[in-house]
Order: sequence, then structure tokens, then C-alpha cells
Amino acid sequence: MAKPKVAFYWAASCGGCEIAVLEIHEKLLDVAAQVEIVFWPVAIDAKYKDVEAMEDKSIDVTFFNGAIRSSENEHIAKLLRQKSKIMIAFGSCASEGCIPGLANFYTKDALMDRVFKETPSTTNEEGILPGPETQVAEGKLTLPVLWDHVWPLEDVVDVDYFIPGCSPAPVTVAKAFETILSGNLPPKGSVLGASEVALCEECPRERHDKKVKKFYRPHEIVDDGKTCLMEQGIICAGLATRGGCGHLCINANMPCRGCYGPPPRVKDQGAALLAAIASAVDSNDEEEIKQIMSEIPDIAGLCWRFSLAKCSLVNKPVAAAAQ
Amino acid sequence: MSQEYEPKIIGFLCRWCSYMGADLAGTMRAKYVPNVIPIKVMCSGRVDPEFVLQAIKKGADGVLVAGCHPGDCHYIEGNYKTLRRMTLLSQAIKSFGIDPRRVRLEWVSAAEGDVFVKTINEFTQTIKELGPLERLSNGIVREPAAAGVAR
Repeated sequence: MAKPKVAFYWAASCGGCEIAVLEIHEKLLDVAAQVEIVFWPVAIDAKYKDVEAMEDKSIDVTFFNGAIRSSENEHIAKLLRQKSKIMIAFGSCASEGCIPGLANFYTKDALMDRVFKETPSTTNEEGILPGPETQVAEGKLTLPVLWDHVWPLEDVVDVDYFIPGCSPAPVTVAKAFETILSGNLPPKGSVLGASEVALCEECPRERHDKKVKKFYRPHEIVDDGKTCLMEQGIICAGLATRGGCGHLCINANMPCRGCYGPPPRVKDQGAALLAAIASAVDSNDEEEIKQIMSEIPDIAGLCWRFSLAKCSLVNKPVAAAAQ
Repeated sequence: MSQEYEPKIIGFLCRWCSYMGADLAGTMRAKYVPNVIPIKVMCSGRVDPEFVLQAIKKGADGVLVAGCHPGDCHYIEGNYKTLRRMTLLSQAIKSFGIDPRRVRLEWVSAAEGDVFVKTINEFTQTIKELGPLERLSNGIVREPAAAGVAR
């Protein structure tokens, strides 16, 4: 039997997902032995036109990481969808927008100004911004167009499976590869390689009643190393996050940030985390509640850190900084 | 537009106090604006912040959550949970560019038909002043561009 043809692609993301593929270490050799990689810009030399020349549905599986925030991202997502039998959103950016999705709190203009004009290390006296077309002596140079909004992959093309994580933990990647190579595929839309419960249920720390009078950022308090972080006032997203990562952050005495997305049956991870944080507050007095909560910086950015692009309430334009 | 804008408001009413308060308003034959669509919940504490966001996403211009007065919750402290959640939600909702006045928490007891009427009338008026939320073709909800949003 011919080896399955596999493609990897990297859209709007940091590149961590590419590393995550390699992080399964020697297991990668097993995977590589069982598949034929036809397209993987970061590792093998293939051009877009090579993909365009492929027959439709000739790629068996595409692992697509990164969100969609430019004309190039969108074009390649649609192209790979057309050429692939199975499209997998690999990692949090492709699944739910992740950190790039936080850009949806701002307008494109505000982002461009911040990045190319206002950051302290920027010297750009003429205020030149990159544009889709630039005329130079040799001719016209073009760049992809930056869209006004960041989308998770499934908002642009049909997605078959999701692999969660920012980036997916090696254990998740290995499990997902195993599932796919086994050919014994779960129903469309399933999340591969992760748990069916919240991370909180897998957490090794001791849990009691959560009664919090003050929230701390991790560097403001010495964690006792064994009690639930939320009980100690360190906001942990484990209550509202899918498990299966092997609680890597917790093992390093850091709170879960929520990168595995919502657990099954939770639609909006941000709302679930918001409810969890609010429920932990130990006060019945309106003024005190307000005071405790007012010390949490950027509650929306905290709760929707990984899933903002999926939350369709995001206003545009909006200046979150104007609060 | 010649017709006055009529806001669509979802009201989550707790089964023990606020819904009874609404019933009482009916028994009293009190008149009030018809903009609030009531949804009976067992406790205001059952109202997950997700319900509020879903309501807004699916067409509500305002959401009312009403429960028993503090200390009177049938489930002892469900309404305190509501208080904490709604406080935090209204803090978060500003970042989404949505006016926090669109989400209102009110305590209405079974004996307070008049408070229910007053709440509904006042809240509807507030939403009327804020205007309808815009819903873009890509599913994004936002404040009407023209009306200045108080932040």
C-alpha cells in the first residue's frame, strides 16, 4: 500500500507548532517511515505552485497550524483544503485563534501604528508602513494583504479534526499521529490526542474550597507547591480547559493558561473561566467584590487569551486600552 | 425610520423570587413595556456568563438577570454567585466594545411586582437610548457606530 501523503503548513503563528512536531523525538522517525511528506515549507523545499499542480484530494492529511490573518494564509488554507482528504487544525492558533486572535481587540490601523511606529525600539521617522504593493526602481513588490480580523481555520475552510495546545504537548502530538495512522478515525470535528475532561480533574494538586480574598500574579506570591493554585489566589485556567497536556505548566508550579481550549460541552472557554474566577471570590459584599476583581488586569484578555477569535462578540473597531 | 426602535431584551428570572414578582405584576394588572422575553431559571446562580453572551450573540440588545435579594436565595447563596459573576462579566464586556449597561442585575422578590415593572421599564429605556447592537455578516456583534459608547 502506498504511504499516506502528508502536508504541514504554518500560517499566522509563532512557529512553536512546527517545533511541537519535532518534539515527539524518535517517534518522529516512526511517523516519517510511515508517511510521505509532500509539502512542509519549514523542512522541505516545495513551492506553492507545486501544491497548485497536485490533483484535488491527493494529499491524505494536512496539518495546518496558525490562524488566518492575511490573504496568503487564506489562499493556502483554501488551496490545501482543496488538495487534502483530511484537514487538521494543528494547535491553538488554527483551532481557536490563540494569541494572534487577541489582535481582534484592536483595529488594523492601531496595530500597524503600534508595531511600526510606536514601540520604543522603533526608529521610523518617515512613518513608513508596509503595504501590499511597493513601487521600486526594479518594478513592483507585493506583500500579502493583512486582513482586518484574525480567524480560526474552521471559519475559513472545512476542518475535520482539531489538535489542541499552544503548542500541542508531545504526548498529544504522538497520540494524534497514532490515531491518524491507525486509520481508525473518530467522528468529524473531534479533538485528537487530548482528554475528554477538564485539566482540573487531572491536576495532582490538593483541592479544598476555593475562597479567595485577593488574586496574585504568579511572581507576587510564593506557591506552596501542593495546594490548588486558584485556592492560593493564582488564577488558573484548569477549570475551563481541556486536559491531556500532562499538566506541564502545573508541574512547573505555574498556573494553566488555557491553551488546550474548552473542555467538552463548554462552548465559550472565556465565559467558563470568568465564571470560575468569580465563583472563587470570597465575599458577599458588592463593594468588596468589585474591589477584589478590579485588581485583575485585563480580565477579557485573561479569560479569552486563547479563544478570542472564536468569541464573536468582539467588536471592531475597539480600543480595549480606552477602558 | 418612522417607527420607534423596540429593543429585544432577554430576562433570566429566578423561579423563586423574580419570576413570582413578574407573576405578581400580572396579577396586579400592572402595565409595562413588552420588550423583555422572560426565561425562567431555577436560580439566578444558574445563569452562566455564557448564557448572557449567547443571548447577545443571538439577537438580544440587552440582558436582565434577576434573582432573590441577598440573603433570601432558595439555595442559600446562589445569588451571591450571580453577583460575583455579573460584576466580573460587566468588567469584561467593556473590552468587547459592548456597553456594560446592556447587562443588568436586579434583585426582585416575589412580593415586588412594582419593582419588576419599574426595572423592566427603566432597563428598556436604557437600551432604547443605547440603540440596537449591530450584527455584522461575519457574526461580530458591536455597538451602533453612530452612538457614542460610554466607557
